[in-house]
Amino acid sequence: MVTDLRPRTAEKTAPAPRPASKRPFLSQVDAKWSPYLFIAPFFVIFGIFGLFPLGYTAWVSLHDWDLGGAGAFVGLDNYTTLFGDPDFWNAVGNTLGMLVLATVPQLLLALVLASLLNQKLRGLTFLRMGVVLPIVTSVAAVGIVFSQIFDRDAGMANGLLGLFDIAPVDWRADKWSSWTAISTMVNWRWTGYNALIYLAAMQAIPRELYEAATVDGASKVRQFRSITVPMIRPAVIFTVIMSTIAGTQLFTEPLIFGQGGFAISGGSLRQFQTLSMYMFEKAFRDFDYGYGSAVAWMIFLLITLLGVVNFLITRKGR
Amino acid sequence: MRKSHPLVYLTLLAGLALSAFPLYWLFVVATRSNDVVGDWPPPLLPGGNLGDNVSRLFAAEDAHFLLGMVNSAFASVTVTVAVVFFSSLAGFAFAKLRFRGRDGLLLVILGTMMIPVQMGIIPLYLIMVELGWQNRMEAIIVPSLVSAFGVFLMRQYAERAIPDELIEAAKVDGCSTFRIFWSVVLPALRPGAAVLGLFTFMGTWNEFLWPLAVLEADNPTVQFSLSQLSTTYYTDYTLMFAGALVATVPLLLVFIAFGRQIIGGIMEGAVKA
Repeated sequence: MVTDLRPRTAEKTAPAPRPASKRPFLSQVDAKWSPYLFIAPFFVIFGIFGLFPLGYTAWVSLHDWDLGGAGAFVGLDNYTTLFGDPDFWNAVGNTLGMLVLATVPQLLLALVLASLLNQKLRGLTFLRMGVVLPIVTSVAAVGIVFSQIFDRDAGMANGLLGLFDIAPVDWRADKWSSWTAISTMVNWRWTGYNALIYLAAMQAIPRELYEAATVDGASKVRQFRSITVPMIRPAVIFTVIMSTIAGTQLFTEPLIFGQGGFAISGGSLRQFQTLSMYMFEKAFRDFDYGYGSAVAWMIFLLITLLGVVNFLITRKGR
Repeated sequence: MRKSHPLVYLTLLAGLALSAFPLYWLFVVATRSNDVVGDWPPPLLPGGNLGDNVSRLFAAEDAHFLLGMVNSAFASVTVTVAVVFFSSLAGFAFAKLRFRGRDGLLLVILGTMMIPVQMGIIPLYLIMVELGWQNRMEAIIVPSLVSAFGVFLMRQYAERAIPDELIEAAKVDGCSTFRIFWSVVLPALRPGAAVLGLFTFMGTWNEFLWPLAVLEADNPTVQFSLSQLSTTYYTDYTLMFAGALVATVPLLLVFIAFGRQIIGGIMEGAVKA
């Protein structure tokens, strides 16, 4: 992403202002107020439906707030309860577990895929189209397809395991198995997307670097580690941040995977309930808006925390 | 560029197969009957039951699938047009017009881009209750009419794509600022707007958590319908797969028509996950 904020060309080439009196009144009004008019729709709509609810979440979380509306101000009670709530910590664990299982393989595979694509290949456009096909699949459809593939009785995953004489797995029953199935959906959907981002960064690396390294006798693997990876660092950081933010809010895939009555609780024992699902359960099934808002703030805090961790790691790696 | 090994092709083809298989499987199951879906080895070729499954899909009572498709199509088109228009308008102002407070306001937009919107859905829901928009499509459409990310993207694009001379010339000709935007700027922004539009369309079509919170089962979006199917008919795989297939077709059509722009958009890092 380009984040150059300086107003470059606009200032340099703007003509010297003409004396105000010679300009017609309407044109002055136009020049002065049009910019505000142009950005107003964004700020008005975003202010009401975006920014205001964010702040208001904090206010709601300090109240006993249910279907009847705002109840008593309870201070930090919702948070105190939350910190002693085993279901909350369970959801934190599930979210982090699936975040790791869904992000690490995804980005490593994307790196391999991108370096394979970064060569003289026939049918490159076709290959690129192929690897991003998964993000074109509608998200609930992904959940439905993989739920069937990971079905205990009818699923292909168990059929394949059977070829190796491995007993069928009840994928929904345990943490490790349900996390694996759900992470597979996420990995499948986003690997190609990240590969394209890496590919774009790789194509920007000057060829001379590789030529010089080859002359110096560096192996392909060495070149990949010492030239490619450092040069695409910004792209890597970008994808790590994006997939961390998305992974912390994981919702659709586990919900569809859940099927039936236990969907929102992520299985009968909450094996795969994520934080977003827990927030949803509290706010929109139990109608405990105050408590749900406290969970929402914790999701935000977690994202911020992970952002700081990411930042520290990437800075250290420099 | 280095010459590539046959092994590279083989690996890539295997990757391609993995990437395409679930989509192919979606198609196969949607055309089959329930009694063969769980067989081993699995049926790998399409059958002749697609029509039957699709008509069962549209007849499935609690899913309201057709209404879901219509609702999603309407919301996706409206939101896409609005986001592209408002983002171009604001992006142009930020890139090419001078006004007091510009840089500060741009920083506000940048700052809000990273905040997860899911955070605010509980108060957003309470607002909808106040407005009487529960279970109405206004609740889905209106909050999505603008996008911080879109404004930022179009600002970056306008900065690069529009020479100041062009705007100055139009000013000398006596054009109003809006006229300049409409006749000079908007046409020049078209490629950037196309990328933004494509991803907005796909994003709105895939929206899930918010519709699930604010809509009811009798007035769903398409993803909501699918989740209804997966809770009510979860043993009826061919029915669910027919639904998943029909819900994916509009996105596939967009992909076939604009695949190159989508890939270009991703590769420019222009696209939010």
